[in-house]
Amino acid sequence: MAAGFDWAFFWQYLLSPSAVFLEGLWRTVYISVVAQLLGVLLGFVIALAQRSRFGALRWVGRCYVWLIRGTPLLVQLVIVYNGLAAAGVYRFSDVELGGFVLLGVVQAAVLTLAVNEAAYMAEIFRAALDAIDPGQTEAAQALGMTPTTTMRVVLLPQALRIIVPPLGNEFNLMMKSTSLLSVIGLQEMFLTAQSINSATFKTFEIFLVVACCYLALTTIWSFIQRFIERRLADPGRVIAPPSLRSRLGGTLLAGKGVR
Amino acid sequence: MEPAPIVMSARGVVKRFGDLCVLDGVSMDVRAGEVVVIIGPSGSGKTTFLRCLNHLERIDAGEILVHGRSVGYRPGPGRPVEERPKVVAERRRNIGFVFQRFNLFPHMTALENVAVAPVKVLGVPKEEAREQAHALLARVGLADKAASRPSALSGGQQQRVAIARALAMKPDLMLFDEPTSALDPEMVGEVVTVMKELVADGMTMIVVTHEMAFARSAADRLVMFDNGVIVEQGAPDDLATSAEENRTKAFLRRIDSSQ
Ligand SMILES: Nc1ncnc2c1ncn2[C@@H]1O[C@H](COP(=O)(O)OP(=O)(O)OP(=O)(O)O)[C@@H](O)[C@H]1O
Ligand SMILES: [Mg+2]
Repeated sequence: MAAGFDWAFFWQYLLSPSAVFLEGLWRTVYISVVAQLLGVLLGFVIALAQRSRFGALRWVGRCYVWLIRGTPLLVQLVIVYNGLAAAGVYRFSDVELGGFVLLGVVQAAVLTLAVNEAAYMAEIFRAALDAIDPGQTEAAQALGMTPTTTMRVVLLPQALRIIVPPLGNEFNLMMKSTSLLSVIGLQEMFLTAQSINSATFKTFEIFLVVACCYLALTTIWSFIQRFIERRLADPGRVIAPPSLRSRLGGTLLAGKGVR
Repeated sequence: MEPAPIVMSARGVVKRFGDLCVLDGVSMDVRAGEVVVIIGPSGSGKTTFLRCLNHLERIDAGEILVHGRSVGYRPGPGRPVEERPKVVAERRRNIGFVFQRFNLFPHMTALENVAVAPVKVLGVPKEEAREQAHALLARVGLADKAASRPSALSGGQQQRVAIARALAMKPDLMLFDEPTSALDPEMVGEVVTVMKELVADGMTMIVVTHEMAFARSAADRLVMFDNGVIVEQGAPDDLATSAEENRTKAFLRRIDSSQ
């Protein structure tokens, strides 16, 4: 290819992206946020099941994590959206909610991402709860707290502090995982770029724009995460704010995992 | 004079951890206002016995009644059935427990540590609970530390907060598991002083401790554990200072010489 790098094209897409492209970017953001929130909630439930005093529930929790973590997200997406429909089990169809159309493919995407994320969050919750001194539970019990109160008042506030850093990492991965949604034909940022690519053949330029967008998202998120971490930190302990360099370095290095 | 009512009654309590028989038929009655000090070599089952009393530990045989009722079990067909955690929690409310390692809630201030159980367990209005907590902290000499986190308190101060926290539930039986053995020697006195005040107030107490000054001045009865059984008991003066040789005296000489 002797054409060289088309700077004009690159800057145009980066600085004044088309409406389709912005739509893809916006989907990437809201699907990540909703899927992450659902994944955290479901993950907490799975972690509770794993700690239940009933053996059957513990077994269900362990199987869930084993199954979901043991299979690639890409495969899960295809099974849930295309597989279930092909087998005639369930077909995700568009639903209208007060003038707003929720696409079937978006439903499948959010559901799969959330279910997938829950397995990882369950492990994070489990590790955080395990890290808390058993003496805390015993003290709460000795004061007459029920298991629910103990969890809510004593364990969860302590666990949250432990959870925020890995949770931030999970959300970083989540935003990047949305690029996999192209496989079920969801017009998020990646697939939008692909269609622009097939119309213009500016492969390098357009995917560099995509990379810049993901980088912007994860960078913004890393600042938000830092803010939350500081808000949650023990006020008795002073944490030096990290330098900009370590912040950016952290963003670039964080979350190289592939699911 | 009619003897005071029995607050705690243990009958033939057996506790095993796997093959290890930690309590091998322990029986003991404690009457209202009585102060019982338990001593014995390491591993003799003192902590385990105390934990069994408020069902932090299950028992394998025998019976423990507090105010005539079992904390952890209800009669079942053949053998007793363990109560649901919620029921156990309710029955623990009037038994205070003070741990060797304090187990204060690190994410709460001293005041919150003391106020949390009345609010969350008994449903006492927040303001009222805070007032009570202030009064209790003043009683243990820590009125000025209400806003401090446990991490900012010395060991002796933490243990006094822990005692105030237990007292906030208005218990009629207090259990202490070596409350001073995790403390630097210069802090033992402040905790013992608080405990002696409780004794003066007529609190029923079972105290595992090797603090013989406390035992001699405050205990109505000294109970010596060895290998999961009570080997000797009686008035501290009779056991610890009598002319005849006995196992308690031999044991006390041993811990004296090792200190
Ligand atoms: N959760 C447990 N699992 C297995 N063994 C245990 C457990 N808790 C205690 N034990 C064992 O039971 C025995 C009695 O322990 P316990 O803590 O009651 O002794 P203790 O008299 O309090 O000793 P110390 O003076 O050292 O505190 C010990 O041999 C201990 O190792
Ligand atoms: Mg002990």
